[in-house]
Amino acid sequence: MKPAAFDYQSPTSIAEAVQMLAEPPEDGGDVKVLAGGQSLVPLLSLRLATPARIVDINRIPGLTGISEEGGVLTLGALVRQRTAEHSDVVARACPLMAAAIPHIGHTAIRNRGTIGGSIAHADSAAELPTVALCLDAEMVAHGSNGERTIPAAEFFTGFFSTALAEDEILTAVRVRSVAPGTGAAYEELARRHGDFAMVGVAAQVRLDGDTVTEARIALSGVDAQPVRASKAEAALVGHTVDEQTLSAAADAATADLHPASDLHASAAYRKHLAGVLIRRAVRNAATRAKESA
Amino acid sequence: MNTREITVTVNGRRHTRTVEVRRTLADFLREDLGLTGTHLGCEHGVCGACTVIIDGVTARSCLQLAVQADGAEITTVEGVTLPDGELHPVQEALRDSHAFQCGFCTPGFVMAIYGMCEEKKAGKPVPCSRAELREELSGNICRCSGYQQIIDGAEAALAAAKEA
Repeated sequence: MKPAAFDYQSPTSIAEAVQMLAEPPEDGGDVKVLAGGQSLVPLLSLRLATPARIVDINRIPGLTGISEEGGVLTLGALVRQRTAEHSDVVARACPLMAAAIPHIGHTAIRNRGTIGGSIAHADSAAELPTVALCLDAEMVAHGSNGERTIPAAEFFTGFFSTALAEDEILTAVRVRSVAPGTGAAYEELARRHGDFAMVGVAAQVRLDGDTVTEARIALSGVDAQPVRASKAEAALVGHTVDEQTLSAAADAATADLHPASDLHASAAYRKHLAGVLIRRAVRNAATRAKESA
Repeated sequence: MNTREITVTVNGRRHTRTVEVRRTLADFLREDLGLTGTHLGCEHGVCGACTVIIDGVTARSCLQLAVQADGAEITTVEGVTLPDGELHPVQEALRDSHAFQCGFCTPGFVMAIYGMCEEKKAGKPVPCSRAELREELSGNICRCSGYQQIIDGAEAALAAAKEA
């Protein structure tokens, strides 16, 4: 239960961090970025991760900002989850993120855990990757070849895997601010608050009167990576949110799902749960959309 | 051995030590500073026994490297007792509620509830109902399962903490 030995570096600029990531350790082995550490440090302690070098990005200034400009909300990669949870800017511009964050771990975890760290770790059961996919967030990455922006649809590539190259770090996340008449909800089921969710659903809908004009749904815990439920979204647009529409959306989303069975839940239960949570999330999102109109 | 020198203020006292970079903050507090009030249960962030205050907010000391705490201000359970040796109101509330059995989880609960009381004093939102308190404290595990009394104590401590 103690981490294996590693080399530790704490760069004070993005350029320095990138250089440390790009340079292979002398005796081989992995290089890992340490942000909030709430996923990486347990992996180190359990020796599921035994990197040769750790690049601690916490001393890089300028990565903790939350700003909204021109209808785009930008969160620095090192924004602590608890800071975002209490942010008025996030609550207004990205109610889905505000709804999702309280589901992450516990207060003491969110005090340290970062927005960027959770997204880069890309746990398929985690909340923030699901939110990022749901909202078509853009991930800003810095590497040896400079800066680039990666759309969420291309960012999550599989089991704990992202499009980030070995010499790249995630520096910011951008999402479009919500339009008036938009509501969001994040619903998940875990055996105990803070545990990994068996299934989670992120939903955001925009209403014109009672009619859905835009719908976004993404699921966690049903595949190796978060999954967008495009068919369920299509089943909602142009309709009022009633029991029939909710059933159509839930059926459309779950038809294509092939979740895994594990200690926590069987595949059949996960699939059932996805349908239940989609109904609940869309219903709650629609209620909030009406309130915000 | 891969080491770094760090300076950390713990319970108001500055300490400068050379630590192995893989040493967790929890092990640093317990083994290097002898502050064994911070307990280690699971060592991977699940049980909450190692909860301390780092720069004003609660954190798991097992989920941070000691080297990362360079320059930080930390309060451990040893630091919440009042200067005259009297128990802190959180400790009193837990004692009055009989919120202990074996006591292993107690330091973590004290720090988690202390953190909530400090947030309340700072005007931040804190759990109001017993149900919310249960959720909030679900990050701390008591294997004796004495949760009723712990929630009683937390409720009493929060009620007593007043916004400054």
